[in-house]
This record gives sequence, C-alpha cells and structure tokens, in this order.
Amino acid sequence: MSQEGLGAALSSQLSTAPSDTRAHRLRDRIHGITPQLVLAPSFAASFVYVFVFSAWTFYISLSNSSLLPTYDFVGFEHYASLWQNRRWNVAYTNLFLFGSLYVAGSMALGLLLAILIDQRVRGESVWRTIYLYPLAVSFVVTGTVWHWLFSPTSGVEAFVHSLGWESFRFDWITDRDMAIYTVVITGIWHASGFAMALFLAGLRSVDQDLIKAAQIDGASMSRIYARIVLPAIRPIFLAVLVILLQFAIKTFDLVLALTVGGPGIATTMPAIVVYDFMFQRGQIAEGAAAAMMILLALTVVVVPYAVWTVWSRRREAVDG
Amino acid sequence: MANVGYDPFATSGGGRRRAARVAIYGILGLFAAYYLLPLVVIVLNSFRELSEISRSGLIGFPQSFSLEYWPMAWSSFCVGGTCKGIAPNFFNSLYMTIPATIISTAFGAINGYILSKWRFRGSEIIFGAMLIGVFLPGQMVLLPWAFVLGKLNLTNTLWGLVLVHTVQGLSFTTLFCRNYYLSIPDDLIKAARIDGAGFWRIFRRIVLPLSPPILIVTVIWQFTGIWNEFLFGVVFSSGQQQPITAALIALTTAGTSVHQYNVEAAAVLIAALPTLLIYFFGGRYFIRGLTQGAIK
Repeated sequence: MSQEGLGAALSSQLSTAPSDTRAHRLRDRIHGITPQLVLAPSFAASFVYVFVFSAWTFYISLSNSSLLPTYDFVGFEHYASLWQNRRWNVAYTNLFLFGSLYVAGSMALGLLLAILIDQRVRGESVWRTIYLYPLAVSFVVTGTVWHWLFSPTSGVEAFVHSLGWESFRFDWITDRDMAIYTVVITGIWHASGFAMALFLAGLRSVDQDLIKAAQIDGASMSRIYARIVLPAIRPIFLAVLVILLQFAIKTFDLVLALTVGGPGIATTMPAIVVYDFMFQRGQIAEGAAAAMMILLALTVVVVPYAVWTVWSRRREAVDG
Repeated sequence: MANVGYDPFATSGGGRRRAARVAIYGILGLFAAYYLLPLVVIVLNSFRELSEISRSGLIGFPQSFSLEYWPMAWSSFCVGGTCKGIAPNFFNSLYMTIPATIISTAFGAINGYILSKWRFRGSEIIFGAMLIGVFLPGQMVLLPWAFVLGKLNLTNTLWGLVLVHTVQGLSFTTLFCRNYYLSIPDDLIKAARIDGAGFWRIFRRIVLPLSPPILIVTVIWQFTGIWNEFLFGVVFSSGQQQPITAALIALTTAGTSVHQYNVEAAAVLIAALPTLLIYFFGGRYFIRGLTQGAIK
C-alpha cells in the first residue's frame, strides 16, 4: 500500500517536472560511473607509460634511427648487430656473473642474519636497523663510498699499509678480472638487509606450536629449520629471488658510481650499454634494441612468477 | 625418570649454549661492522684535514678535526664549472621529490580505493596493466619521455621530472593502497552506501581516517625512491637543474683534479641525509612497507 503510494508520488513528480528529472538522471548516471571517471586519468597515464611508450621504443629498435628518431623500418638489423657488439657481450656476461653471485650472496647472508636475529637476541631492533639502513641510501652514494674504500690509494689497501704491512695488495677495482667482484660486494651490502627483513617477517609468521611440538619431540634446531621453518617460508624465497633478480637486471647507477663500468669495459652492464648507445653515441636504435633485451630478461623472470602467484592463489581459494 | 636430579650433560649443555650465544653475537657483530664501515668512514672523513687523509688513507682514527668542509660542500664547492656547492641541487631534489610524492600518493590512495571497494567490470585488468609499471625498466621509456617532455616544453625543468616520477610512481602507490584497503571490511562500505553516502563521502569519512598507516608507508617509499633516483635525473636535466644524485656523480667523478675527500664526503652525506633521517625515524613503517609491498 505504502509502496504504491510512494510510486504514485514519484510518478506524479516525474510528470510535473520533466526537466528536473532529466538533470537528476544525468546526475545519477554520472554518480554511477564516478569510480571509472576518477580512475580514468591514472589509467590513461599508466596505459601510455606502459604500453604506448614500450611500443614506441620497440618500433624505434626496428627503425634506422641514429641521433634522432626516424621511422624507416629496417627490421631486426639492430638486434643482430647488438649481439655482434663486444661491449654488449661483455655486459650480459657480466650480468650473469654479477646477478647470480649478488642474488645468491644477498639471500644467503639475509637468511643467516634473519635466523640469528630470530634467536631472541638482545637489541633486535638495533641489529635490524644496522642491517637495513643501506636500503635507504641511494646507489649513487653507495657506489661512491665503496669506490673510495676499494681504491688502493685511499681505501683498505692504504689502511693496511699504514698498519705496517707494506706489501699488502687489494686492488680488485683496478683489475679487469676482479673488478666485477667489487660490484658484487657492494651490491650485497645494499640488498642483503632487505632480504633479511623479508625472511625475518617470514620466520615470524611460522606457526610457533609446530616448532614447540618438534622441540618436545627432541628435534635439534638445525633440523627444525631444515624440515619445518624453511619449507614453510618457501613463497618468500621465491619473492625475494624475483625482486633481487629484477634489481640485478636493472643495475645501472650502482656500477656507474662504483667503477663507471671499468676498468675499460670490464664491469659494464646492459643498462649502461643502453645509456651509452642512446645518449653518448647517438645510436638510439641500437639503444632501443638493447632496452628491449632488458625488458625481455625481466619478462622471463617476472611473468612466470606472476602466473605462479595467481595460480597458487586460485588453488588456495578452491581448497579453502 | 622424568625428574633426574643430576644430569651429567647439563653443565656441558649450558656451556655449549653459552658458546652458541657468543657465536651468534660474534657473527652479528662482524656483519654489523661490514654494514657500518662505509657510514663511519664517510662521517669521520667529512671532518678530517686533506693532508691527513692523503697521508694515511680514508680508514683510520682522525687526528685532525675541522667543521669547514660541510659549509664548503653545501655552498661553495665547484660542481661542473659553477661554485655554489651542492645546495642548489639539494633544493632541486627537494622541489622535485615533494610534489611528486604528494601527487602520486594522493592518486594512489584514490585508485586503491576504487580498485578495492568500487570494482567494476574490467577493473582487475586495469589494475594488472598498472602493475606492469612496477617492473618496466626505465630504459624502455627514456626516448618517449624525452619526446613528450619536449612537446610539453618541460625539458630540463623540475616540473618535467615531477611528471615523470609521478606517472612512474602511480603503479607503486596504487598497489600499496589497494592491498591495504582490501583489509577494510566491505560491510562497512555497504552500510555507508545504504545510509546514502556517496563515493567521495565514503572516501573522506571512512577510508581516509583508516589510511594513515599505509599513507605513511607510501610517502616514505615514494620519497626515498624519487630522492635516490638517478637515471631520469641525469637524462632529463642538466647543469643547474640536476637533482642531487646526478650532481654527486659529476662532483665525485670530476676526473683530473685531486680528490677533496673531506668536502666530497660531506657532500655525499648531505645527499644521503634526508632519506637516512626518514629511515631512522620512520624505519618501522619502512620495514612494514617493504614486507607488505613485496609479499602481498
């Protein structure tokens, strides 16, 4: 009864003030799509940034651009010449060597520190602060300072000399074969605290009852870690691995500040080669081709991880 | 059996335990030295005389002390031909980082609110597309940005860098905020809608008051990332317009002349100080942001 009354009241209103209703309807419709409207600028910007810009760079890599972009299509010529380029070959060999040592080293050290901190140590927050502060420091500052420490005339070698051991040598940074390891040490300094923080968060999330039960059964600590704790935080290993791998692939300013890619081109990296091609040598098509290869490497790392994450979440949802 | 009065292994067990504790602290201390060495060295050398540094190297206990290198680094040291110190570049970084942080965080909060509480057909796909921005390497967008900034007359301006960092930051801020807002119960939003509250009212009255934790994380993350960024800074600006990271490279790799380690050390510290201070005072949030951003 009352509903009918309401309907009648509404319809009488509709008939008496048609223009007013149209405005109402329009407003309702706008209200209905407010979320879409508000999201639109961000989505447009991200869409251009991610897809249009990438497509553009891809197209340039297929053109015969040199100093300025031109749009004459030459196909995959620049990719072929890129893989003939000695600098590029050194760069990606370096990336494999640096990347594997940097990722393995940061994860091993991060896990060790996380496990030690997890043993109910005193001053936990102090230790954590010390290990993690490098992450707040830029790669430029990190590279600059470590350059000074590795430099034989100012750093560790000079220090040991001043202690009286005159024949001591530590000149990796000026040694073509050893310089890459200074990049590894510096990279681990910067990233291992980050790995530690993530591992520690994981260790804290493991069911404590499970650990207590194992302790009561007389299992040793090392056995508990190997059999219960570490398997439980397997997803975190994968997350840390993927994040560090993509850091490694993007490595640029750290090396620039530490060794400028030298001595010679001994520590050059793909990201540095891109920069050189684009802004030092005026070969932007080669630079774009090299950038595409970096994107490809990242895709190989990130896409399987993303697929795996979505898949395991779905499975969890089905199981739960 | 259970209550054994005398346990022959108890004392050795205690000893082993003590040894284990000593080993734990020993290893932690050893690595603490590795992490702290660069910071200690750089702080000490920003007060040492150059003659002493060139005699005994950067590592060592200071014999001299002077406060004059900090003001030199700040306002009179020569960077790339001009002798105004690192202060102009410090302010460039500040004027670039603050607007870019605020704008990208504001958009991130609203985007996150929509993508978690006002989902519509296709919103998950939009979120996925925006997420790709997190992984896209800067090298892929250098040439297009150079072109766009040229068209907008923003080449070599701080506003150009603000634009670049804002767009790049959107994916991070949206990700952080969306994941956080997922934990706000949908019933809360539904109840407000039944009461007649609209899109903006719910955001202002319900979501925003619950947001400080994630906004702090996002602001810290964005500020640190933009302040420390180098590639965009060095490519899209030059000379007096450069942010501090780019200027620092110009200063410390200025080739031929003898290194003024003390002044350079002070300059390095000035460049690192804002993010270090944020880390020391907001470290809790920083860690929370890392774990949330990475694991979720």
